[in-house]
Amino acid sequence: MALLEAQHVTKRFGGLTAVSRMDFVLDEGRIVSIIGPNGAGKTTFFNSLTGIYRPEEGDIHFDGKPLIGLRSDQIAARGISRTFQNIRLFGNMTVIENILVGMHTRLRQGMVQALSRGRAFHEEEAQAKVQARTFMDFVGLSGVGDELARNLPYGLQRRVEVARALAAQPRLLLLDEPTAGMNPNETDEAVSLFRRVRDELGVTLLLIEHDMRVVMGISERITVMDYGEVIAEGLPAEIRKNPRVVEAYLGRGISEQAAA
Amino acid sequence: MMIQTRLQRTTRALIQRLSQGRVAYILAIAYIALGTLLVYLSPRSLIAFLIFVSSALLIYYVRIGKVAKLSLAILMAVVLLPIVGVRNIFYLEVAFQISVFAALALGLNIVVGFAGLLDLGYVAFYAVGAYLWAFFGSQQPTLLHAIPGTAPPGAHFVMSGNMFYLFVILGLAVGALTGIVLGLPVLRLRGDYLAIVTLGFGEVIRVLANNLDKPLNLTNGPQGITPIQRPTLPAPLLDAIRVVLDPLVGRRVTDAQFYNLFFYFAALVVVVIVITVARRLDDSKIGRAWTAIREDEVAAIAMGVPLVRMKLYAFAAGASFAGAMGVLFAASRTFVSPESFSFMQSIGVLSMVILGGIGSIPGVIVGAAVVIILNLQVLQGLSLFLSELRQSDAVIPIINFAWKDLSNQLDPAKYQRMLFGIILIVMMIYRPAGLIPAARRKNELMKEDAAEALDENGQVNDGTA
Repeated sequence: MALLEAQHVTKRFGGLTAVSRMDFVLDEGRIVSIIGPNGAGKTTFFNSLTGIYRPEEGDIHFDGKPLIGLRSDQIAARGISRTFQNIRLFGNMTVIENILVGMHTRLRQGMVQALSRGRAFHEEEAQAKVQARTFMDFVGLSGVGDELARNLPYGLQRRVEVARALAAQPRLLLLDEPTAGMNPNETDEAVSLFRRVRDELGVTLLLIEHDMRVVMGISERITVMDYGEVIAEGLPAEIRKNPRVVEAYLGRGISEQAAA
Repeated sequence: MMIQTRLQRTTRALIQRLSQGRVAYILAIAYIALGTLLVYLSPRSLIAFLIFVSSALLIYYVRIGKVAKLSLAILMAVVLLPIVGVRNIFYLEVAFQISVFAALALGLNIVVGFAGLLDLGYVAFYAVGAYLWAFFGSQQPTLLHAIPGTAPPGAHFVMSGNMFYLFVILGLAVGALTGIVLGLPVLRLRGDYLAIVTLGFGEVIRVLANNLDKPLNLTNGPQGITPIQRPTLPAPLLDAIRVVLDPLVGRRVTDAQFYNLFFYFAALVVVVIVITVARRLDDSKIGRAWTAIREDEVAAIAMGVPLVRMKLYAFAAGASFAGAMGVLFAASRTFVSPESFSFMQSIGVLSMVILGGIGSIPGVIVGAAVVIILNLQVLQGLSLFLSELRQSDAVIPIINFAWKDLSNQLDPAKYQRMLFGIILIVMMIYRPAGLIPAARRKNELMKEDAAEALDENGQVNDGTA
């Protein structure tokens, strides 16, 4: 059964239809990318999945259960985690605290436990910090746990975001342009990190990405959007040859030349 | 240039040497002893009192063991201050007000500092607590149909003053409830909008207090409610304390002074509780969620932080302390009127938070102390000094200006607000994070020692910066 299933999802902003009757199916354990020109509706689709926007029409099912109408935090608790196009870390918190916030839904403590400080509280906190460190190690962030997130260089901030998202122990991780602004070296490292996330942690990955080297290198399937609609879906090799995709990216004239 | 750096280096070395090891202990104790002695010998001297109060800061900064720090602080707050406070009751009043406002500022700090929700009507919760006890602890329940200002026969207290203790707890609960009731509709708003709505709420409470003398006389209107009962202090206990306290103070301690002591200690207990609660919440999942909301709401909610619930927690926690302090305030003054809960009071508490350091617990306490001392002592002291000059025949030499020609309008106490404005502006330029800026906790598990060393280095840097 599909992990994520979207049917006829439509999101409008005033007169603009950002996502139009979008159908999308994602199987568990896959790495899938959504590509498309700027303004195609990719991030809007992400925001609809995570409850930041509420689509006007359509259904979204995650693990067989409907998502629409849930708040973002409830969706996060169901097992969908994400990173943002522009890094959105908690800048004045340390790296470890950022990751601990990611664990919010996994920690059982409440107001009473926080005030009474029983043994269970201390054990949970200690355990959470150990876990946070394993996530830091996993994304290659050892030794910077007590740095403020805003003081880290850009590439490391991206990793903190991934670690924070993983700390929620999601089944599906949404990555919104995760390699934007990285140099080729950093990009390669990021790609291998994403592979390890899927292979070692079993997390399904859905990426929005512009870097074709990344998209073609990592994706098992690709969905192409343009003007809020899905214009193609398939294996990377198929997408590369699809005339509508070439047209969307490069314009009509070139696609005709390519066809000729 | 060379000389300056050398000078700086020597000072730094000197401060470092003075602030650690055995020297530090001696220094701290000597300073406290000096301050106490000065205040004891000259109970009216402003400088003596400032020296005494500043020894609290010294205890905070000096690098001695935690236990030593704590015992020195307890010695000061529980033993020394009451003794010198009874000798000059005004000091006890200052200490009481510092405690009250420190608790308020700490409560507001949870809302503004931890969760980043700008609340401009915080004093409303304080008012709710104050009026709660003002109503039930006075004759007001029997005056519901009386015209304000008249005292019909049959007016009587409906409960014993000892219900005060219960009402402190009730004030906590009612404050929290008010916070939630206000928070529910309001907390979907962000930033500026939230600030404006809370400002409005603060005014609504004040106006209600002003006008709820009709149709039922609940608040007695602008005249306020008085007398409000206090708990009875058992005479045998007072006599027992007198045996010890009288010789220390040097004269018989009156019952009124015992009430001053009682409310000072009550406020102190609340402050200690607030500090504990604030620290524990801050260092938990809830505190991290608050900071996350403050830093980036969208990211926080995407990580599974339930925004509205966490904001309500912050509002309720902050409001509950204000409610409890309100009950205490009403009992200590035996009088409550809408005037005490004006918008400027909210701003005053907020400026304590900002001045001390948003989000920083020691900072906020220092902020409250600075504002209160400036208000009650320094400015008043200057005013007094000037008026004495005015009455003398003294003349400023070179410009030949007689002090007695100085206008009354130049009374420093009248420039209180302006002075605060200037202080806040200067602070925002030179020390925007406050007197004692908030620091994030070090959390890395391994290298406990290394982390501690780092912490200490951080303190040294702070001390010399």
